[in-house]
Amino acid sequence: MAGLSFELIALQLFAGLALGAIYVLFAIGLSLIFGMLTVVNFAHGAFYMVGAYVGLYLISIGGNFWICLVAVPIAIGLFGLAVERVLIRPLYGRGIDYPLLLTFGLSYVMVECVRIAFGKTGYPFDTPEVLQGAVDIGVGYFPLYRLFVIGATAVVLLALWLFLEKTSFGLIIRAGARDPQIVRVLGVDVARVWLIVFGIGTAIAGFAGLLAAPLQGVIPEMGGTILAEAFVVTVVGGMGSIGGAVLAGLLVGVVVSMTSLFAPEMAKVSIFALMALVLIVRPQGFFGRAGLMS
Amino acid sequence: MTNKITKAGSISRRRLLTTASATAALAVSPFRINLLQAEEAPIKIGFPVPLTGPYGAEAQDQVRAGQLAVAQFNDAGGLNGRKAELVVRDDKLNPGEAATRTLELVEKEKVNFVVGSLSAAVQLAINNVTKERGVIFNSISQSDAINEAADFSKFTFHEALNPHMTSGAVGRYAFAKFGKKVAFLTADYAYGHEMVRGFLEVGKEFNIENLGDIRHPLGTTDFSTLLPRLQALKPDILCISNFGRDQQIALKQATDFGVKKSIQIIAPLLSHASRVAAGPQAFEGVIGGCSFYWGIEDKFASTKAFNDAFRKMYDGKLPTDYGALGYGGVRTVLEAVKGAGSVETNRVVAALEALKYDYYKGPQYYRKCDHQSVQSVLVIKSKSKDLRNVSDVFEVLSTEEPNEKYLRSCEALGHKS
Repeated sequence: MAGLSFELIALQLFAGLALGAIYVLFAIGLSLIFGMLTVVNFAHGAFYMVGAYVGLYLISIGGNFWICLVAVPIAIGLFGLAVERVLIRPLYGRGIDYPLLLTFGLSYVMVECVRIAFGKTGYPFDTPEVLQGAVDIGVGYFPLYRLFVIGATAVVLLALWLFLEKTSFGLIIRAGARDPQIVRVLGVDVARVWLIVFGIGTAIAGFAGLLAAPLQGVIPEMGGTILAEAFVVTVVGGMGSIGGAVLAGLLVGVVVSMTSLFAPEMAKVSIFALMALVLIVRPQGFFGRAGLMS
Repeated sequence: MTNKITKAGSISRRRLLTTASATAALAVSPFRINLLQAEEAPIKIGFPVPLTGPYGAEAQDQVRAGQLAVAQFNDAGGLNGRKAELVVRDDKLNPGEAATRTLELVEKEKVNFVVGSLSAAVQLAINNVTKERGVIFNSISQSDAINEAADFSKFTFHEALNPHMTSGAVGRYAFAKFGKKVAFLTADYAYGHEMVRGFLEVGKEFNIENLGDIRHPLGTTDFSTLLPRLQALKPDILCISNFGRDQQIALKQATDFGVKKSIQIIAPLLSHASRVAAGPQAFEGVIGGCSFYWGIEDKFASTKAFNDAFRKMYDGKLPTDYGALGYGGVRTVLEAVKGAGSVETNRVVAALEALKYDYYKGPQYYRKCDHQSVQSVLVIKSKSKDLRNVSDVFEVLSTEEPNEKYLRSCEALGHKS
């Protein structure tokens, strides 16, 4: 195919970064929960999907997208708190596969509940009016809404970083992740810390679902595909490393985008090829701590 | 029952005696009535469709309308009082799953006929099972391969349009109007491949220039990495050959990328259910084909009757294109059963071949050599303004009347006659 210009390659690179931003947003919640709690949250995609549906519901009863941006993470975060308290907490200290299987089952229950409540058919989710259309970014036109998603991801990352690195509660979370026993001895309620971490992780998942809704509409199965891609991101970045998830998310986006340009039929497999390659060279991923899974 | 057992040589004499005496006992007991009634068991129509997955919205409409055809048959007294029943299975849009479900329908449920499928690839898997077992299968999903001698059998019928007819009608309309430079975005499986082949075939008459064909896997949720490339090709027409949720997302994201500003998007098929699921924005201005649109009720009494019956059964809802196929697929088989006065396969095949019918969209008939339903193709455009109701989504631009010249010839398909 002809027409390969500098502008196209630059635009393609940008499209890759924008796609990567979505992966990052989804994967950091997953990575946060795993890094702190060593819970592999298979229901993460389901929380993402429920986030989109809560947004859909709020808009249908008269809310708008901007209200949803605040309300959805709060609602999904609260739901996450309840799930941690009632279902996950009894499984701490029982090995990594217990919560994995529980959340795997939970994701099926959540998807089925949404199918019952909203039907199997998908719903449209209009892009908010002011974010519609495409803008010139110098090398070509790019959808305004996707630029907004990149910005929103950056804000979430910054807030998360400030929270973990600059607040005293963040300090406790980091300490709790490294050695829960010592933290407990020091008189900190570790159970409460984990509860909040799980809530934050799911809140970000719900937020990501809401942001994805105007890109692809809303359907009960929407969490399934992205979950597979997000696991690639967390594995490549290093299980439990937030910085790794950011780097890997952007890298996966760019790899998909560049493969799409030259060999579109290979795009889907390219991210798994990337994962295989990284795992051969660095089995723990970019910034992963070795031995976290054992 | 005894018959079956005596045939199998390895059965012990004692077992044979037990079974024989049990059968004899049944024959004289009051249970006999039940046995006789069992012979009058309902006419079962197996209905494998992808209820879950990217084509779920369309599949659910197929089931609804299929149920309507069965209800009408039963209300009219069935086959001399013998009622029909639809046995629905979810094939999950997976050929393996579909084959297993179909086998189960034939072997365990003992269905008399199979109608269904919603995928160019999956229907071939179903057809493989039914043709081997000698069960009539009426496919209600697009496929070119199913007409071809290699896949065809005398038990295979095809109520849906095929890609050759669909892309032909849309191509003849669009290539004459919007330009000769055409780029393709295609779902990478049989449906997409057959559609592109059809477009290129009809494109020869218009000397179109093929700028390139970008293929994406089935079930893609993000097209943002494919769209800049397609825009850089600067086509007059972007032809998007995918279906269901893929179509919804591709059109939505193409709209976001501003593709529609300078490029006319066409699709071989514009799915009604997908248009409703994706909303008016995403589909606005897109031109495509379909086998049925409820709005042709002003033109055909059969459409009006079908719409009214559907409305009555489903709280005022109107049928969609794929819904209509579900109805047509089931109704033709049941009408043939009535015509044959029997569910015996060969007699029903003959009755189907003889059918000249107008059940929902104007005149149709099954071509003798490949059992393809010869029918009209509608060229439609998606509306976003002046919508009269939730189903008022398309405007019919033109109609290609039923004519065998729009089908590939029997010889080209490898049939003898």
